[in-house]
Formats: sequence, structure tokens, C-alpha cells
Amino acid sequence: MVGRKKRKSSKLLVNLVLGFICLIWLVPTLGLFISSFRPAADILSTGWWKVFPHQSWVKSGETVQLSEDLDLREPIEVGGKTFTDEQLKSGVMVDGERLMWENRRARTLSVMEQGWQFNPALTLDNYKNVLSGKEYRLKAADGSETVQRGSGLSQAFWNTLTIAVPATVIPVLIASFAAYAFAWLRFPGRKTIFAIIIAMLVIPLQVALIPVLKDYTALGLNGSYLGIWLAHTAFGLPLVTYFMYNFISQLPKDLFESAFIDGASHFTIFSRLILPLSVPALASIGIFQFLWVWNDYLVSLIFIGNRPDVQVMSMKIADLVGSRGNDWHLLTSAAFISMLMPLAIFFLLQKYFVRGLMGGSVKG
Amino acid sequence: MSSQTTPAAPMKAPSSGPSERNVPVKAVLISLLVILVNIVVHGAIFLFFRDSGLNPLVTAFLAVLWGVLGVYEIYYSLNWAAEQYPDRVRRKVLPIIFIGPAILLLGWLVFMPALRTLYLSFFNAASDQFVGLDNYAAIFSDRLMGIALRNNLLWVFIGTLACVTLGLLIAILADRSSFEKLAKSIIFMPMAISFVAAGVIWKFVYYYQPGNEQIGLLNAIVTFFGGEPQAWTSMLQPWNNLFLILILIWMQTGFAMVIFSAAIKGVPEDILEAARVDGAGEIKIFFRIMIPYISGTILTVTTTIIVFTLKIFDVVMVMTGGQYDTEVVATQFYRQFFMYRNFGYGSTLAIVLLIAVIPVIIINLRQFRKQGGF
Repeated sequence: MVGRKKRKSSKLLVNLVLGFICLIWLVPTLGLFISSFRPAADILSTGWWKVFPHQSWVKSGETVQLSEDLDLREPIEVGGKTFTDEQLKSGVMVDGERLMWENRRARTLSVMEQGWQFNPALTLDNYKNVLSGKEYRLKAADGSETVQRGSGLSQAFWNTLTIAVPATVIPVLIASFAAYAFAWLRFPGRKTIFAIIIAMLVIPLQVALIPVLKDYTALGLNGSYLGIWLAHTAFGLPLVTYFMYNFISQLPKDLFESAFIDGASHFTIFSRLILPLSVPALASIGIFQFLWVWNDYLVSLIFIGNRPDVQVMSMKIADLVGSRGNDWHLLTSAAFISMLMPLAIFFLLQKYFVRGLMGGSVKG
Repeated sequence: MSSQTTPAAPMKAPSSGPSERNVPVKAVLISLLVILVNIVVHGAIFLFFRDSGLNPLVTAFLAVLWGVLGVYEIYYSLNWAAEQYPDRVRRKVLPIIFIGPAILLLGWLVFMPALRTLYLSFFNAASDQFVGLDNYAAIFSDRLMGIALRNNLLWVFIGTLACVTLGLLIAILADRSSFEKLAKSIIFMPMAISFVAAGVIWKFVYYYQPGNEQIGLLNAIVTFFGGEPQAWTSMLQPWNNLFLILILIWMQTGFAMVIFSAAIKGVPEDILEAARVDGAGEIKIFFRIMIPYISGTILTVTTTIIVFTLKIFDVVMVMTGGQYDTEVVATQFYRQFFMYRNFGYGSTLAIVLLIAVIPVIIINLRQFRKQGGF
């Protein structure tokens, strides 16, 4: 440590380089965040960085009148220089001032000066629109007007939550029971079964999708909460079991022996002793699984398909990208709403999240 | 779970006695009844949710309640049934109850489907005619597939290489900087958001419109320095793939960094100090001491990111939908299966992904055995 502290100038360099990298990492998200509060027209006409004070050309109010019968197809002479019509459309520089068509037909040019500009127009309308859905006015044949709302994100938000909470609790509970059995019960085939579960850690879930979809269609599980819970449970189980096994098998043996002497059954030991002791591990892997489900797109896309009443947010946003690729005011606010939950969890429970991630580093 | 329901101490119970010879008819009946009641009750709840027209919020609340309590109830009732048996039988039944649900789900939804996909891959589009290895041969003659394989290789090589080197670099920089925690949080944050949201973020960065005023950050920078704005993700083939891979790097570098950071802190300080005393420069220390010391971690991180990039799907789907020659194997799989209804070829693509991860499976198993897993 002493040697390190001596190198002050190199520390400054390290800080600068790292600061620059962090800036690069942060800017894309910042752009999305700021844009989501800008009016639709602003997003499309100027970059999001223009909400900060910046220098730009502003009209000074003065105008230059050119002769009315000027031929626009010929070079135009202004202030001793000649320009084409095209150049004047985008503005030209004459003696430190900028000239631009004010009214092309009347042949007037407006004079612009450099000036600081700071007029951030921010609004919450994007969020209102995207949460409640856009209003459509429909005219019926008899002339009466009805207002219909397109489906908004709020429904999708609740759907995602309804899917993600059980799809986290169910696998964590099932995996903990299994991990307990693998660690502390003796039964034939224990090693083989566990090895198969470890092998399943990296199996691409694409391999399972087609047959599972066939079963689901036959059973009517497609587009139901139960179906998607079970799918997420099964796809998450290998990792969660592995993680919980690593934790539960490390618990001291004396713990169990004294409980047995007191006459407790395995089920009692598990629910009264092991589960409370495993809370940090359960939180870590639970958060990991929750975010996994919350952020998932492929599994929902396949098992929910196009049933609008159970669609999750990632599908909604992907749809928005596809169908309204240029509606940036909707896209940015929708994306940010979907990021709220992960970001909140990330900043509040970072310690657990990192631990879950490190344990999950074998998962593909 | 009161002490009344757990009357016996299973471990020290003697396994002899007259009652043990009797077939516990009552216990068998009870357990069958418990299983039956569970199936009927949960089936009924499922049908209720499917057919009910309740307010979505109420449905959501009840569904969460059912999902969470239901699982515990199943274990609880099965365990209660098991306790009706004599000790000797119970000790055999208990492991089945504990691992049974996990095995059933994995078998039904992962293991068997993998085998069935393998089987389907030998059949034609409608799965009614055996075609042998034709689907596998088709992979090598299909032009789109050639592009998809090339792109997947690009993803795996460039994506993994960049994530690992950048992750290592940032971990070391952060270790020596004065704002380590903040920097790590910032780099790590994209890990928490979804690929779909990240897709929107980067679509906005890459956005292209003709003319001078650019609202996409990248094009604004390019025009600021006097360059021509570009349609980064569509027109610049094959370089557009690199711009998609950049998104993966942005998201996954944090993962590599966090794990490397932990590993670096594990390098003993006295070894580093000894090297410094001997006059070794920081760069030499890095290559001669740090890298060998954390080589195991580097291997783990590399394989994890390779597996992850092999299956890459969401980024491509959201950004380009696989157009403009950005197709990868996973999007091809989706297209074949859901758009062209070609079950045979779709299955084959899934199996190709599986074959690609087999080495990783072997490494995992070996690692586990080495750690003294059993």
C-alpha cells in the first residue's frame, strides 16, 4: 500500500481514465432518461443534450431585404459574397453573423447571433400516455364519437409483477427443498441426479421450447400464469439448486444433530432452522432470479404469445420498437418504466445482487 | 408444524418392531388421498383463474398468493402424508418428497424436451417424415444460416474478448482509483436492466436521420467532427454487427469486472510487495503475477460469457429483427419455428446451440468434482 500511495501522478491518470470510461457507460442511459421527459416534437427536432445550457444561433430580430425580383437559381450576392439558394436555406456566415432565409418568397434574410440558450421544456405527458394508453377517437356509422384507450403499460407492469413474484418464490422454495435433500439425506442415485442438474446449468433453453410449447398447447397452459411460472421455474431450477446446495451443504453438522436429538423431523428442521438460516443466500439468488424473470423476453414471447391481457413489459416495449420505431417519446418513457424495478433493486440491494451473480457465474 | 405433527425422531428410531411388518394400508390410502386432493384443488384453482373475468389487479393479487402459498402447501401436505408411515418406510419416502417436485419439473420441462428436440431434428418441417441428417446438412448450404453462423462467431469472439479485457482493465483501474465503489456501480448498472430496454437505449444512440440536425448521439458526434451521418445498424454491413456487439459489451463488462475485482483483491499483498522490491514494473507484475494468479477466474468468466453470447437473441431481435445480415442462430431458430413453421429445421438449430455448449458442460462437471462436490 505504501508503494502505491507514492505514485500520486499515476493515481491522477488512473482516476481520469476511469472517470472517462464511467462517463461513456453512463451517457446512453442518461440520454434515455432525459429524453423521456421531453415533448415528442422536441425529441425529434433536437438532441437530448440541448436541454443543458448551450450556445446556439438565435434570431436578433434584424432582417436583410434583398431585391424582390432576385432569381433564386442564380448565385445570390449578400454582403459582398455569393451564395446559392441551398446554402442560404441552412444558413451562411457573413462577418461573424449568420444569415438565413426568413421568408424566401419575400426575399428577406434574418440575421442571427451567437447566444446562450437554456429553455428545457420538460413534461410528464410521455409517462401519462404510455401508462394509460393512447386515446383513439372512433366515429361510428351514425356519427357518434367514442373514445377508446389503447392498452397501456400499467396493465403490463402488473402482469410482469404477477409473473415475476411467484416465478421467483416457487423455484427458490423447490430448489431449497431439493438442495437440502442432496446435502443431508442419503438416497440412491443422489450423485447421478445432482450431476445431471449441474449439466443442465448451461443448456440453452431454446432446446426445450418447442416440445414444451406443444405440451402447453395440449394442456391449455399457454398464456396462463401457471404455465409461465412453471416454465421460468424449470429454467431457473438448475442454477438455484446449485446455489442453494453450495450454501446448505456448508452449514455445520452439529446443528442438525442437536435438532434431531430434540426430536425434530426433516421437514421441521428445514422450515424452522434451514430456511431462516439461509435468508442471505435466499435473498441473493432470489434477487437474481427475480431480475432474470423481470427482464426476460424470449420465454414470455413464446409462452404468452399475443394474448394482450397477460403480456409483460418487455414484449410491450419490443412491440413499440417494431410498430412505432420513431415514437421516441413513448419508447424512452416505456423503457425507463421497465428499468425502474431493476434499478431500484440494484441500488438498494446491490450487495445481495452481486453475491447472487457471483454464485450464478456458472450459468449460461 | 407443531410438535404434534412430528412425533418421532427419525434418526434414532430403532428399525425393528412388530408393527413394521404390517402393510400400512391406512398410510397408503392417506397419501393417495393427499395427492388426489392436491391435484383436484390446484386444478380447480387453475380453471378458476383461466375462466374468471375478475379485475386484473385482484387476479394478480390472488394469483401471486396461490403461487406462493400453493407450493408450500404441497410440500406440507405430502410431508404430513409421509409421517403416517412407519419410520423405516418414511426415511425412503422423504427424499422423494424433497426432490420430487424439482425432478418432475426439470424432467418434464427441460430434460425430456431436449431429447424430443433432438428427435424432431431428424424429421421434416411438419414432423411427419424421417429425413435423417438432411436438416443438419441444410445448415451448411443455407446462405442465411452461413451468415448467422458467421455472426455468432463474431459475437462470441469479439464480445467475449472485449468483455473480459475491458472488465479486467476496469477492475484494476477501480482498485487503484479514489472512487472505486461509485465506478463499479456505474459500470455494473447495465447488468440489471433488460436487453429490450438496453436495445431502446442504444437504438436512440445510433439513431439516424438525414440532414444536419442529428438527435442520435453517435451521429451528432460524427457530424460535429465534420463526418457524414450513418445508419449504423442497418447500412454498414457487415460492420453493423459490431455496433450490436457493443451493446453486449456495455451490458456484460460489469459482470466480468465485479468478478475480476473480487479475484484481484484475493492476490496476496506480500507477493506484490516482494515483486516491487525486486524492481518489477506494474505492467510486469500484472502479466507475471496477477494474470497467473486469477487464471481460474478468467476461465470461468470467459466460459460464462461465451455461453451467454452463443444464445444471444433479444438484442438482435429488438435492434434489427435479424435484418441487414445481422441474423444469429437463436433468431434464425425463432424465425424457422414461429414464422416458417419448420419444426425440423428449428429443432436442428436448437441442437446446434446445445452442441456448442457441451464443452462448457464438461468443464463445469470437472470443476465441480475438483472442488470436492461429492
